[in-house]
Amino acid sequence: MTSLLKLTKKDFTSDQEVRWCPGCGDFAILAMVQKLMPELNIPRENIVFVSGIGCSSRFPYYMNTYGFHGIHGRAPAIATGLKMARPELTVFVVTGDGDSLSIGGNHLIHALRRNIDLKILLFDNRIYGLTKGQASPTSELGKKTKSSPFGTVDRPFNPMTLALGAGATFVARTVASDTAHMTQILRRAALHKGAAFVEIWQNCPVFNDGAFDDWSERDVREEQLIKLEHEKPLVYGKARDKGLLIGGGFSLERGSAAGALVHDEARDNVALAMALASLEPPYPQPVGVLRAVSRPTVDALAREQELELAAASTKPATLESLLNSGDTWNVSGEIG
Amino acid sequence: MDASSAPRRAARNLEHAVVRFAGDSGDGMQLTGTEFTREAAMHGNDLATFPDFPAEIRAPAGTTAGVSGYQIQFASHEVFSAGDQPDTLVAMNPAALKVHLQDLKKGGLLILNEAAFTEGDLKRAGWAANPLTDHSLDGYRLIQIDFEKLVSLAVEGLGLPTKDAARCKNFFALGLVFWLYSRETKREEESIKSRFAKTPALAQGNLRAFKAGYFYGETTEAADAPYQIAPAKLQHGRYRNVMGSTGLALGLIAAAQKSGLRLFFGSYPITPASDVLHELAKHRRFGITTFQAEDEIAAVASAIGAAFGGALGATASSGPGMALKSEAIGLAVIVELPLVIINAQRGGPSTGLPTKTEQSDLFQAVYGRNGECPLPVLACRSPADCFDTVFEAARIAIEYRTPVIVLSDGAIGNGTEPWLLPDVDSLPAIDPKLAVDPAGFMPYSRDEKLARPWAIPGTPGLEHRVGGLEKDFVTGNVSYDPQNHERMTHVRAEKVARIADQYPPLQVAGDPEGEVLVISWGGTYGSVTQGMMEARAAGARVGHLHLRHIFPLPHGLVDIVARYRSVLIPELNLGQLRLHLRGQLGIESQGLNKIQGKPFHVAEVRAAIEALAMKVAHARREIA
Repeated sequence: MTSLLKLTKKDFTSDQEVRWCPGCGDFAILAMVQKLMPELNIPRENIVFVSGIGCSSRFPYYMNTYGFHGIHGRAPAIATGLKMARPELTVFVVTGDGDSLSIGGNHLIHALRRNIDLKILLFDNRIYGLTKGQASPTSELGKKTKSSPFGTVDRPFNPMTLALGAGATFVARTVASDTAHMTQILRRAALHKGAAFVEIWQNCPVFNDGAFDDWSERDVREEQLIKLEHEKPLVYGKARDKGLLIGGGFSLERGSAAGALVHDEARDNVALAMALASLEPPYPQPVGVLRAVSRPTVDALAREQELELAAASTKPATLESLLNSGDTWNVSGEIG
Repeated sequence: MDASSAPRRAARNLEHAVVRFAGDSGDGMQLTGTEFTREAAMHGNDLATFPDFPAEIRAPAGTTAGVSGYQIQFASHEVFSAGDQPDTLVAMNPAALKVHLQDLKKGGLLILNEAAFTEGDLKRAGWAANPLTDHSLDGYRLIQIDFEKLVSLAVEGLGLPTKDAARCKNFFALGLVFWLYSRETKREEESIKSRFAKTPALAQGNLRAFKAGYFYGETTEAADAPYQIAPAKLQHGRYRNVMGSTGLALGLIAAAQKSGLRLFFGSYPITPASDVLHELAKHRRFGITTFQAEDEIAAVASAIGAAFGGALGATASSGPGMALKSEAIGLAVIVELPLVIINAQRGGPSTGLPTKTEQSDLFQAVYGRNGECPLPVLACRSPADCFDTVFEAARIAIEYRTPVIVLSDGAIGNGTEPWLLPDVDSLPAIDPKLAVDPAGFMPYSRDEKLARPWAIPGTPGLEHRVGGLEKDFVTGNVSYDPQNHERMTHVRAEKVARIADQYPPLQVAGDPEGEVLVISWGGTYGSVTQGMMEARAAGARVGHLHLRHIFPLPHGLVDIVARYRSVLIPELNLGQLRLHLRGQLGIESQGLNKIQGKPFHVAEVRAAIEALAMKVAHARREIA
């Protein structure tokens, strides 16, 4: 896609020095998003990046758009207010696993249930980076960190099932080390009308290096990941010979590609998306779009209702008439 | 037929009266009080009200915990408070009598629903003996009626179920009090018809109960009634009876209209602030976004996001919610965006007394955030003052690019009084001065007010980033430079301090010099004004200064204080304004402090003024 506005990646690059650690997965995401932006053909001034707190939340400083680096966990709430007030803007939320699933969990699920038109990019590195290495709500059970020297005893969230459970209309996962796939998924998210939730697996080389190696390294990717494609069979493996089939007890089973189930991201019912999202090793992990359905957005509904109210009212929308409504009287004696 | 057209005994003229309706939470006392208030307002009386109800929606029936009350003072002269002691108390059951009898004026009129004085109800209310028979009501004038029997007779033939018929008894009480004070019945009859329009049988039932109450008074010529209270000689103009919460909502709408901005109101349900959301939600056709957020933090955060987008962002809450919002309010301070935050104060700490009033969040508002985090704090003094206060708060927020806290309280929010409607054209326009010019644009450059540009998304060439990290003095980029941080801390403080330069001059009521200067703030205005007037009438030389601006404090305060021999600060807390004035200006004072979840009685304030005046005069004589 070419940009009618003739914008380039450079137009979206701010003059601020990028201060992530060398080797951080965030660099790849930033470069890719800056490259994707011109494609959207949206004037730069109509794009806003809102973030919370954490390594990933420095993202807006590096985008030459409008940006708001908020407070810990609250990015979806800030972005919701912005989008409700200015529905014509394109609003992205950049957040991390601690930011959005721990301190800001409440805002995330409510943004999703409302289907507010935000693009929520969750950079998941399964660790607290900026605070230097504590277990996060996506750290695997038993993870040894500074805050859990003997291993965590609390089970992690599965961001995908959480988002599906909250009623998200667009749920996807991608991997920062696979630029082509990430581009494709983020483009889909950007074009989705409604709350789009994308979990991006992203490596933290300092505090959780190699967290996704078992799935995302080039030599294992084909076997350990299953790339979801709409209306295509759920097959994986180097030879594309393995597939996912319907098993007993509402579960998916591994089998041969021949009998593989066909993926349908547009299903109203979330059962298949949930089953895919719930897969645990030795099953392959799904990447791609789990769910993409169309629903009215809360920002649009609110404006529609407002216009209907205005149209239905017989009184003029003037301050004078508002203040004078109800029982009024004149002190000169006559009753109004 | 129109009940008031019936002949009546000549009414006795009174200048003022205090009436309290009290009953079970389910007895409809708030409605009864509101209806009586509306008629008093339409009659042209000046008035003030004090609704007082439990936190529980339906506490166990018949217990003192479930008693709900509504007090009104109405008069042919200016009224400043809802009154200390009722002249007339309507008690729908033994529990209401138990709770409120102690407040009734000696010799006052007591209207009782006899039917509720059963053995079980007496026991539930904690009466050891029946007060109707043991002479404990001897000092009062008693009208003792079986409401339920008379109401059931009145509604006969309407086919109302017994339960619904019983629910009409508050209108019987209302009718009786209408007769007592010679009120017009026409408007009330219309009001009943329209309120219950969807259930015609209930409308008829309430109408009949209302008339039965009125006729009962007329027929029995109860007590030495009826009385009448002429309209008050108020300032000429058009009036409307307004609840504090409504005034706050209308003030926000007015500020949005006068600034040409969309109003965005993010809020989470909390007593006693929710009514502001309810009121605004009704008026969305004015270009208002109301957003019921998932929690208090999202409520304020969404308003900040909307402000970043160029809306007038606002939120309202009460103490516990304010605590949750404090981090985000700090964000609004550092990103320097307009925001109005209303705190309808209630008894604390923690959940405290959700439906009771208090003034204990002054420290929280002025000092309750991390870091050096100054912001303006205004306090409204009465329901009719809410509109002006919140309008000014919004103007300051927009012109200075700062969050502003407006302190209201439960009694102001739920209370009502006649409001002289402002002339819409004379309300000042508010210029949001949105930045549009990319030439030389710097997100943190400042104007003469020290306000930074408000550059909103959608404006080409002004793309910039804000956030909670310290900002460079000019570029607004993240800066960890030590000198810059100190400079930014000073400039944020100085910007807020300069707001005091544009306050109107302070007005002292009462004596311009003397023994006592009373300094008050917020909802104590009425009791303090009346207390001061009474103390002066009794010979004390007293001045009264009521502060709307809590922070920054107005100029000239110290000079005014110097004209008096002592300072009295009455507050519904343990002395927060006292410590604030001592810390900010070195003003020494005496406190009058009440922490009962109730407003001051005028008598309490007057007694404190007189005691201090006497003490000062005595000390003076000793020195002489």
